[in-house]
Amino acid sequence: MAKFRKKKSGGQQAINTASLPDIVFMLLFFFMVTTTMKEVSLKVLNRAPEATELTKLERKSLVTYIYVGVPLKQYQGRYGTNPRIQLNDAFATVDDIQSYIVQERESMKEQDRPLMTVSIKADHESPMGDITDIKQALRKAQALRINYSARQVEKLKY
Amino acid sequence: MAKRDIQEVNAGSMADIAFLLLIFFLMTTTMDTDKGLSRMLPPPITEEPKDQPPVKERNVFEVLINSRNLLLVENQYMDLRDLKEATKEFLQNPMNLSTLPEIEMMEVPYFNVYPVTKNAVISLQTDRGTQYQMYLNVQNELQAAITELRNEISMKQFNKRYDDLDKDQQEAVRMIYPQRISEAEPRSVGARKP
Repeated sequence: MAKFRKKKSGGQQAINTASLPDIVFMLLFFFMVTTTMKEVSLKVLNRAPEATELTKLERKSLVTYIYVGVPLKQYQGRYGTNPRIQLNDAFATVDDIQSYIVQERESMKEQDRPLMTVSIKADHESPMGDITDIKQALRKAQALRINYSARQVEKLKY
Repeated sequence: MAKRDIQEVNAGSMADIAFLLLIFFLMTTTMDTDKGLSRMLPPPITEEPKDQPPVKERNVFEVLINSRNLLLVENQYMDLRDLKEATKEFLQNPMNLSTLPEIEMMEVPYFNVYPVTKNAVISLQTDRGTQYQMYLNVQNELQAAITELRNEISMKQFNKRYDDLDKDQQEAVRMIYPQRISEAEPRSVGARKP
């Protein structure tokens, strides 16, 4: 004889969590795909300047970065408090830029080399003298496409 | 010997592992897309060119920034907020003034013959002590002036913004309002010695 069990009434029903891993994995893959690891650890103070008329840097593989700013607190003992240049992970001088650019260009694909862009990420308080020196060095290295990295704002502070 | 059952792997901790990885990527991710002002540097000069055609004074829009971040435009002190309008007026020369750049009738595709300030050049000079933010402000305002002018004629001619035009149309607009910002060779006058 078939037995009919009375359905239990009341009591909280447990939510089925079997699909939770799937959801989490989906999120995980999203972040894995969109993520770009920080390429370098900054050793200089870098507060981006503000601007309104910005263009986006399209392809990350074409971009080489030059950081300019005052060394962070823990490096000030060795490197002083004057604005310094950081290439990759090390402090550098203007004279190092040329070889750095050549080296970066060598590591690019042949057809990409003319499109190489140098992004100058300078602190907003750096003096123009340093920037001008860098620009002159870049001209010598034939890296003529540059980009002054800045943060998008609605309106400039006059 | 009895056949042993294949034991099922307990997948209960899968979610925990996935969460761990997720949190790791959440922390390390930097979603910022790089943005900035794009410029082309002039190629290096190998030797001093001798016979350069003289540039007429009226065709040059001289912008100087000193070490105190003050702006001197065409030998007059100017506030940053007025720079955009001044630049626009310079590049257009709507009244055909003799102090502003000369206007030439130029044949431009889509526009037939259009008055263009063909020889107009913006010259930007900074001091070594100028603050980088101020320099970018000025670059930004000059860029804004050019962008606005381009958008204005794009709206008038094509009823579209400059960014929405196709390649040929953009080129035509660029012929009328090129981005000609020249930066003078650096001078170290009044520089702070390190």
